[in-house]
Amino acid sequence: MRSKLSTLFDALLPVIATLAALAVGTVMLLLLKVNPIEAYAALWDGAFGSANSFAETLVKATPLLLVALGICISFRGDVINIGGEGQMIVGAVLATWVGLTFTEAPGWLIIALALVAGFVGGGIWGGIPGVLKAYFNVNEILSTVMMNAIAVQLMNFLLRGPMIDPAQAELASKIPQTARLIDEFHLARLAPTRLHAGALIAVVLAVVVYILLWRTIWGYRIRAVGQNPHASRYAGIKVSRYMVLALLLSGAFAGLAGAVQVYGVNYRMITDGSASGFTGSAGFNGIVAALFGQLHPLWSIPASILFGALLVGANKMQRVVQVPSALITVLNGLVVVFVVSSEIWRHRRQRRRLAAAGEEEAQPKPDQPQVQKEAGQ
Amino acid sequence: MTESNLLPSGQKRIDSLEMRGITKRFPGVLASDHVNFDVKSGEVHALLGENGAGKSTLMKILYGLYHPDEGTVLLNGEPVTISSPTDSINLGIGMIHQHFMLVPTLTVAENVALGLPSSRGALTDLDKVSNRILELAKIYGLKIDPDAYVWQLSVGQQQRVEIIKALYRGAALLILDEPTAVLTPQEVDELFVIMRQMVRDGHALIFISHKLHEVVEICNRVTVLRNGRTIGTRPTAETTKQALANWMVGREVGFAPDRGETKLGEVRLSLDNVQCGSDRGTPGLRGVSFDVCSGEILGFAGVSGNGQRELAESITGLRKVTSGKVYLEGQDITNMSPGDIMERMLSYIPEERMRDGMIKDFTVAENMILREHQKQPYSKNGFLNLRGIASHADELIQKFRVKTPSRETMAKNLSGGNIQKIVLAREISRNPRAILAAQPTRGLDIGATEYVREQLIEQRNKGAAVMLISEDLDEILALSDRIAVIYEGQIMDIITRENATPEKLGLLMAGVRSEDATPVVK
Repeated sequence: MRSKLSTLFDALLPVIATLAALAVGTVMLLLLKVNPIEAYAALWDGAFGSANSFAETLVKATPLLLVALGICISFRGDVINIGGEGQMIVGAVLATWVGLTFTEAPGWLIIALALVAGFVGGGIWGGIPGVLKAYFNVNEILSTVMMNAIAVQLMNFLLRGPMIDPAQAELASKIPQTARLIDEFHLARLAPTRLHAGALIAVVLAVVVYILLWRTIWGYRIRAVGQNPHASRYAGIKVSRYMVLALLLSGAFAGLAGAVQVYGVNYRMITDGSASGFTGSAGFNGIVAALFGQLHPLWSIPASILFGALLVGANKMQRVVQVPSALITVLNGLVVVFVVSSEIWRHRRQRRRLAAAGEEEAQPKPDQPQVQKEAGQ
Repeated sequence: MTESNLLPSGQKRIDSLEMRGITKRFPGVLASDHVNFDVKSGEVHALLGENGAGKSTLMKILYGLYHPDEGTVLLNGEPVTISSPTDSINLGIGMIHQHFMLVPTLTVAENVALGLPSSRGALTDLDKVSNRILELAKIYGLKIDPDAYVWQLSVGQQQRVEIIKALYRGAALLILDEPTAVLTPQEVDELFVIMRQMVRDGHALIFISHKLHEVVEICNRVTVLRNGRTIGTRPTAETTKQALANWMVGREVGFAPDRGETKLGEVRLSLDNVQCGSDRGTPGLRGVSFDVCSGEILGFAGVSGNGQRELAESITGLRKVTSGKVYLEGQDITNMSPGDIMERMLSYIPEERMRDGMIKDFTVAENMILREHQKQPYSKNGFLNLRGIASHADELIQKFRVKTPSRETMAKNLSGGNIQKIVLAREISRNPRAILAAQPTRGLDIGATEYVREQLIEQRNKGAAVMLISEDLDEILALSDRIAVIYEGQIMDIITRENATPEKLGLLMAGVRSEDATPVVK
């Protein structure tokens, strides 16, 4: 009984943590002399209030989910990919180039090619730190972050120079953006909203990643290497190779997210010159969504929708109750902090329970399987 | 008692210590169930039991690391409360842990003084500490240099430092937690001399072990625990090894495994002057040559750290061989990848099974296919075949009697013995041509040990070439057809089973080449 209750508690923990974060947010809203009920109502309304707003939530959730899928792979392989931003950019650049270069080809072909190009571009950008880690022992957290900086500058250069919209090149404003893709190359809309086929692709890929991780040799090896590289090596698995693969695939999904943003939302690559000008920080927020989804591709779907909703709803809240936009960032941050700490807390609690039940002398006896079950939760 | 109530160290003796009705519960587990135990001045009392029997729990209660849920501890007949190790030290109880609690980069005196207040306040009083150490060393016949650095000392000497440390802190009663596990036979003898001296002087000693012959040799009384309960206490003079083993396990145990019939076949694995480095950059193996044939067990005896790890790793491709050759069934496998070598049906049971042998957060079924997952029926065209994996796991769980709630249980939730059974099942079920088993029974209880040994012998009788690396001489002697002694990265000698005695092996393990040992091979 106790174990069932605590299992339920563990499953609900992210939700509880989110509510706790909103509770802290309430205090802040009160300090800003804003009615929190009104504010949260606006947030809810902005995210789910109408078909249109819900569609916006899903549009925001799509790149988060794609990035999160990649994060599930790399974190399961115990390589920490903080390079989603750069991988998105490189994927988008390659995909945009495809669409702007081959304007005569049929739409379905270009869209398919562009998605592949995004996948490949992100894969290259993730694979480089993977090789550096696996064969030169370069810390992947540092290298992926640095690759972000390189990608941002590369994008700024390309969108201001070689790839700039010819129309903008004429103008004094010189907005850093590419030319618009022709209409045939746009991802199909799913409803009379901005919701596009990219969302469907992301959900299908979530299932694919689930299959990859738990039903294929590649996934088995990535997880084995992530859990215990020593035992994997002893079992004859080429550890370095699967480290590279994990980072490469992780980057590829982020690159795909970049391509989908171009072909489904903006129909061109555009930035405001800031580091997150193109990505809207989806490369970072995807990590949070994946962690929130407990690094499970299918749980990452609702997790991405939640963070998409927070992003969209926050805009409405800002407009309705007139809070500074920084508060929205704070609210997002609070959710992250609470969820991540609750996760750490859950692990500790589990370890303590295991330690208590698994003391050298108190190891689960064969005739007491219920103890092991409980400890296994 | 005798004329004075003081020990030679100047400490008051503990005439008797009694633990009465001790009960300790952990969530879901009854670790100690109304356990009774007592020890008197001038005796060695053995605490015997399998892993999980409740020995450590009981001793941790006595040392103040755990608090009992029920029961009392009586010291010289008076009830006492021990709520921390400080309390137990103040009462004159000391503990020698299995893993030494010493700082290698400090001297003996510094280690002894560590954590104690100095008589000079903020300044150290190491000279006083040194003098006291020398005094104690003289009284108890312990040879020790207070100014030596701990890292310079052998394992046996480090253990003496631990004993001195306890005596320095005024221990009248000493708990020795598996003190012989890490020692050579000679060092064990030296420890026993020290223990006998202490007992004569009026100390009380508690000796935890599952090596039965040591219990019979050194102890006055023995208490057997099983499943957290006291099975009984007897004078050791009135019992035998076999009786104790049965008592401990609760059934008849085959003490020396029946080795059965074997037929010696062709050479399966052969090393020719193999050299390799160690992790510290020093030479690990310095020219090792031997052959192992189908149908034999070649045991490798030696004190830990003499190249056993390097030997295993250079055979399995995990460590680069710098010169020399390794042949498996006549084919040169030197410096091939571990995957390729093991593909040629070399199985490996690694020494650190938790680190190298299995993945804690994988299920039992997933661990069972760690080696062969790329083969049918476990996978096909890159996809895992869950049904094939499940039936394989169920089959092995049943065949190797792995105690697990299900094949989907995480490996980390199983006991050490059952984890080793998973490794064993995985490595043996592929019908290997050669098996390399490193410390296969270390830390396992009698039941599991017995099982692992039987399986190794069965493999030998089926025609596999078995290499057994072990620090447990009894195990080497019980299983091996030939015994190689490894010392400082070299094979001192290879002796046949008939010619091997613990004394002869002990000398070789210490690096003394005896001329009368009969060399058999190369």
